[in-house]
Amino acid sequence: MTDDEIVIRIRGLSNRFGEQVVHEGLDLDVRRGEILGVVGGSGTGKSVMMRSVIGLQTPAEGEVEVLGENMVGRNEDEAKNIRRRWGILFQNGALFSTLTVAENIEVPIHEYFPFLSPSLVDEIASYKLAMGGLSPDAGPKFPSELSGGMVKRAGLARALALDPELLFLDEPTAGLDPIAAAAFDELILSLQQRLELTVFLITHDLDTLYAICDRVAVLADRKVIAVGTIPELLALDHPWIQEYFNGPRGRAAANSSEEPARV
Amino acid sequence: MAATTPPLQSAGDNEPFRVDGALTISRAATTEREIQAAPDPLTIDLSGVERMDTVGAWLIYRTVRDRDARVVGATPQAQSLLDQVAEFDHPARVRPEERPGVVRLFSELGEWVSESGRTLVGLLGFFGGTLIGFGNLIRRPRRFRWNAVVQRFDVVGIRALGIIGLMSFLIGVVIGQQGAVQLAQFGAESFTINLIGRITVRELGPLMTAIMVAGRSGSAFAAQLGTMKITEEIDAMRTIGVSPVEALVIPRVIASVIMMPLLAFWAMLMSLLGGGIFVWLFLEIPPLTYIQRLQEVIPITDLWIGLIKAPVFGLIIALAGCFQGMLVEGNSEEVGLRTTTAVVQAIFLVIVLDAVFAVFFSSIGWK
Ligand SMILES: Nc1ncnc2c1ncn2[C@@H]1O[C@H](COP(=O)(O)OP(=O)(O)OP(=O)(O)O)[C@@H](O)[C@H]1O
Ligand SMILES: [Mg+2]
Repeated sequence: MTDDEIVIRIRGLSNRFGEQVVHEGLDLDVRRGEILGVVGGSGTGKSVMMRSVIGLQTPAEGEVEVLGENMVGRNEDEAKNIRRRWGILFQNGALFSTLTVAENIEVPIHEYFPFLSPSLVDEIASYKLAMGGLSPDAGPKFPSELSGGMVKRAGLARALALDPELLFLDEPTAGLDPIAAAAFDELILSLQQRLELTVFLITHDLDTLYAICDRVAVLADRKVIAVGTIPELLALDHPWIQEYFNGPRGRAAANSSEEPARV
Repeated sequence: MAATTPPLQSAGDNEPFRVDGALTISRAATTEREIQAAPDPLTIDLSGVERMDTVGAWLIYRTVRDRDARVVGATPQAQSLLDQVAEFDHPARVRPEERPGVVRLFSELGEWVSESGRTLVGLLGFFGGTLIGFGNLIRRPRRFRWNAVVQRFDVVGIRALGIIGLMSFLIGVVIGQQGAVQLAQFGAESFTINLIGRITVRELGPLMTAIMVAGRSGSAFAAQLGTMKITEEIDAMRTIGVSPVEALVIPRVIASVIMMPLLAFWAMLMSLLGGGIFVWLFLEIPPLTYIQRLQEVIPITDLWIGLIKAPVFGLIIALAGCFQGMLVEGNSEEVGLRTTTAVVQAIFLVIVLDAVFAVFFSSIGWK
């Protein structure tokens, strides 16, 4: 695996909140063009890991490299070039509450491409809205007028605004109905194929893992304990992994996926 | 890259419009202009495109849609992007509909008037609701939240001592100084003490304290309750069966009503101190004489007036803050607007009431 095929490289990452140690000596590589699923129990630090990768949380120790650039301790100007190339969907949407959904999508476009004609920007916002799976009448709505699932979709549409190379999704399908969740999976897969996206996907949704993830990273005991395809993970005999994939829900998801894992 | 606009040949037989290199968002402004300048009928040649994103695809797609352009030389990948944006072509509004200028002017004026009316009625209704909450609490006193009230005492009262004390001290000095300068023209400097004594105890003590408390605590009440409204904390309280009026509004109202007279009294003392120090240093009136003279010139009714007004001001400030906080709906900007309104409304009502009090007290002979 050559260096430029690694889009995110985490080495020896440690994160602490006061006494509480969330990560210690965590390593992880994300390869170009893959959809990497990140799983782990609630509170194991998946969101915190994502925040340290995107530079919102300064790690206590360790190195984080995104698209070949070091993310720890860099200044705002340097970071801007990288920020243009990624899109982020936060766990709770994090939409700007004073702007409409369509205006939310336009924020990154205005920020980086102020010279585009307003009508073109509005058109871009419209098709991104559709891309996120929202109907046109959601465009002029304010975030407080949206349902939980619509917030997720609006957040995704905003994350897609600049056609990012790298997409961070924090539990995108949580709170969606199963049909919408499946459509969301499809959407991410098709975007990933057509735009050659790399996707860092935190999820609790086993169906998503089976349906679209190329590899899965398991977070437990403050580090990534295993990374691999689902069959590779199943071959390990870590108790949490076994329980996760072989529990009732895990088996149901495996059976309904096209390539049943060996159970 | 740059697509060069081909020279116009004969109508119907233009050279294809060639796009080379990147057809992406970073070149979108230029590409859009170039496509617009190219004459109809248009053929777009994509064989030179190296990179394309959805914005590029959108530009091509919409030209095809609106101008019947023909696309040639698209790679399968480019074609699939074109198909994809076509699939997502659902024009949407970006902002809510706006009414035309004149209509908007009148309707906004109307809304403003009816909003003001509703606010006043709403504030009265809110006062009523708070009274009912009080009634319920008196019947079941064990539900009373002492902890919340004591905590508010600290925030509204104790922590305001420093700033209110400093402000009042300085006001005392200023009144002393201005009074001395003016009264010196009549050779009546010693009346500066009357001025300081009566104006601070009767008027400025309670009034300035009310303004400071409105700015410190009334705004905080509105912002706290407003944020809780947005994060659905207040809804969650209601569904659990906790009444927001009992849990949030009443402790704040009680704390303000009790703390205001204490703070006002503190403010009076500090103003008198400031004035006293001024007259001592500049008019050479010794402190003992100053205190004696104060006892002679300030009627006890002045103190009552100040201390009667203060809790009423406190009630108004707390009600306006909590009322505006509970009105917040929607977004974070609303919290800011409502907080501003709470402070403005509180100070305005305090001054109006102060005038009413002034008329009332002089009519009952408390001059
Ligand atoms: N800002 C913070 N201050 C203190 N502790 C924090 C903070 N953010 C996260 N934590 C702690 O770090 C741990 C990991 O949190 P994190 O949000 O990453 O969990 P998660 O794996 O994303 O869980 P979930 O699947 O429920 O979203 C938790 O124990 C949490 O309490
Ligand atoms: Mg999380």
